[in-house]
Amino acid sequence: MPDYETLRLIWWILIAVLLVGYAVMDGFDLGVGTLLPFVARTDAERRVLINAIGPTWDGNQVWLILGAGAVFAAWPAVYAAAFSGMYAALLLVLFALFLRPVGFDYRSKIDHPLWRRIWDYALFLGGIVPALVMGIAFGNFLQGVPFHFDETLRSFYEGGLMDLLNPFALLAGLVSVAMLSMHGANFLLVKTEGVVQQRALRASRISAVLTIVLFVCAGAWIINGIEGFRLLGSIDMQAASSPFGKTVVREVGGWMHNFYEHPWMWAAPAAGIGGSLLVLLFGMRRPGMSWIASAFAVAGIATTAGLAMFPFVLPSSTHPSQSLLMWDATSSPLTLWLMLLAAIIFIPLILMYTAWVFRVLRGKVTVEQIQQNDHAVY
Amino acid sequence: MIPDTLVDISRLQFAFTALVHFLFVPLTLGLSLLLVVMESLYVKTGRQIYKDMTRFWGKLFAINFAMGVVTGLTMEFQFGTNWAYYSHYVGDIFGVPLAIEGMMAFFLESTFIGLFFFGWDRLSRRKHLMVTVLVALGSNLSALWILIANGWMQHPVASFFNPETMRMELSAFWPLILNHVAQIKFLHTLSAGYLTGAVFVLGISSWYLLKGRDIEFARRSFVVAAACGTVVALGTVMLGDESGYYVAEHQPSKMAAIEAEWHTEKAPAAFTLVGMIDDEKKQTDYAIKIPYALGLIATRSTDGVVPGVHNLVAENAQRIRDGLIAYALLPAMRDRTATDIERARFEAHVDNLGYALLLKKYTDDPQHASDSMIAHAAEDTVPKVAPLFWTFRVMVLIGFLLVLLLMYALVTARRGSAWNKRWFLRLAVWAIPLPFIGVELGWFVAEYGRQPWAIYEVLPTGLAVSSLHVGDVQASLTAFVLMYAALFAVELFLMFKYARLGPSALHTGRYHFEGGRRDA
Repeated sequence: MPDYETLRLIWWILIAVLLVGYAVMDGFDLGVGTLLPFVARTDAERRVLINAIGPTWDGNQVWLILGAGAVFAAWPAVYAAAFSGMYAALLLVLFALFLRPVGFDYRSKIDHPLWRRIWDYALFLGGIVPALVMGIAFGNFLQGVPFHFDETLRSFYEGGLMDLLNPFALLAGLVSVAMLSMHGANFLLVKTEGVVQQRALRASRISAVLTIVLFVCAGAWIINGIEGFRLLGSIDMQAASSPFGKTVVREVGGWMHNFYEHPWMWAAPAAGIGGSLLVLLFGMRRPGMSWIASAFAVAGIATTAGLAMFPFVLPSSTHPSQSLLMWDATSSPLTLWLMLLAAIIFIPLILMYTAWVFRVLRGKVTVEQIQQNDHAVY
Repeated sequence: MIPDTLVDISRLQFAFTALVHFLFVPLTLGLSLLLVVMESLYVKTGRQIYKDMTRFWGKLFAINFAMGVVTGLTMEFQFGTNWAYYSHYVGDIFGVPLAIEGMMAFFLESTFIGLFFFGWDRLSRRKHLMVTVLVALGSNLSALWILIANGWMQHPVASFFNPETMRMELSAFWPLILNHVAQIKFLHTLSAGYLTGAVFVLGISSWYLLKGRDIEFARRSFVVAAACGTVVALGTVMLGDESGYYVAEHQPSKMAAIEAEWHTEKAPAAFTLVGMIDDEKKQTDYAIKIPYALGLIATRSTDGVVPGVHNLVAENAQRIRDGLIAYALLPAMRDRTATDIERARFEAHVDNLGYALLLKKYTDDPQHASDSMIAHAAEDTVPKVAPLFWTFRVMVLIGFLLVLLLMYALVTARRGSAWNKRWFLRLAVWAIPLPFIGVELGWFVAEYGRQPWAIYEVLPTGLAVSSLHVGDVQASLTAFVLMYAALFAVELFLMFKYARLGPSALHTGRYHFEGGRRDA
């Protein structure tokens, strides 16, 4: 078994992989949901969009479920404090996510315009609300959230839904919506043709430009306005997990510290901007490459936030010294080790069979196909 | 102190969301198995009708599956949102099976489910069957891991309390996985799920037979359901008995409440078949008893004792006092200032620490709890008898009725006489809700019977909640009820519509409403 410090570092990386995996894999499903009213205008066109992601969105969503499960198992204190603290926001995401499984499966089972219009609206909300609120959540993590612990390690949170809706967090929410729309539009470039594809191209370009602009604005705000968190002195990375006994200070631009110290980290924001620029470059000529570029952009932007905060995972705005770090909020070494073994076995398997499923389902979804298989498809 | 109202409403929300989730899960499990059987028959015989069966029952499976995903999402989030202290206190252990469930089961199920519906023309027969098998395997493995997690809540093995981190931590992996309480629970729940699927298919097929529609399709579905159903119905009942045996061994308070065993009786104790339960006076009036039966069933011996409620309460009062010794030493243990003697004392009493925590319902400072607080906390250690006594009995009755139903279906189907027994076909239609009621009651017996514990003898439910405002949870519970009710209504509407439509829903041109041949 590796030592505790190594295990903790590995788990920070693994959770980053899972959450980035979610953003990349289900991100385009959320993006397609967001674009549903804009890219598709007729019932048949909407069904093209829905069937482009219909067979695979469910597997993609598991990245979120596994991400949450892994945070529970590897960082129980983070799972407890964040999920209970941001109660209303989390339930909002949850209720929006409810709309997708039933939306996909039930929408086309009844041939009635009102029925279908209601589900189209539901699928739109099921795409845009999680994208927006998850971005807002990260925007708040970057500013710290108001929680603390008592001596039995029960967490308390002082704040409500409205406090989460501050300007910087809203900007982060928009970055999230823009980048996932871009990602969704690029998936549609691959999976559709004709007029739908043309509209997807326009959506891809608009959202790529917005992604770059909004991401740069957020970066400038991080450098000049947001108080980052910094650990004073050193902590014992092998010690039993406890949020007490460290000193943390806040300073404007504090989140840039890691980037100045380790210049290789600039690769993440560079991927965010570079990927979005490549999306503009590739477009219709190389739809596959364009999707890969947008995947890099999404991964780069999500990773930028993670690296900026390292080793913090849940900073506390009211009690900065009780902020949760990836060093002091983890499970026991045995649990981290066992879960690492499970991840080593299963994650490659998951990637392999997911790739196989996408391969089997490759090819364009067209209006003709939908009309021919009216009763078999979504 | 944590307000009782917060605890109550948090429990209500959990019970509501879990019970609704558990309406869909057993059918998913059951239908996934039957789909594998039907499609195997298709691959083996090459007959189109088995493909049609797989696709039609697959349509109903899909309608149900979507709601399973919706309500399952809630469960994954809810430990953190509403049971934050629980998540902190036992995440080190409980999170492990949950995360493995995600990696091993959810991905498998959810990745291949799309291919099940969209892969018919893209895959060879064998490959498509493999996809169906993988979906079923994913569902089954998911049940395995969540019941390993639940089994640990019922019988927390392989773990210890770490005072430095103020939580339970895992001490070994395999005992957690091989926890026999979890294994039996898994098999009992799984067979109950298969049973639900079998009765569902049997009932709907019977309805087609009553209507004289799609006869061949209905008969073949009926036979598959009856054959699989008989085996799993017997399994459900036998494994239920096995599960009860482990309850007697590991959860005496649950056992005493289920059986309304107020006082410890001389072995072997009598079994109370029915009676008027009085939880206030702690007695059963007008009891109909079967001599010796409880002792024989619960302990499988003539000299095994089944402890009664009064005796357990008295014992547990002592365990509370004992736990207080460990509780008093917590600060010193946490700050590592405890002497060796204190450390040894703590270790000797830490197993009863959970009992001391029961006092937190009555005081912020358990060390200065009064005798009456201790007495109250000890009373709390046995759940209310009447709800458990009755839910358990109805569940068992349903189990036996379904065994009879399915055995009769199998025997008469083999003889070919089932098709003419209209009374029986009608009965089979009306039996469709029974397994659903049975599994809901089973959930209640298992979870309510564990009270007052979230983790048996380790963490009281009252302490496990998040520090939320009562109003927050009231609002969220209202939202859950409204949302689930709306979606459930839609689900039922579609389920009835497609079940009524029957295999004509496939638009193959071979079935009743399509003007095609009556039989394929």
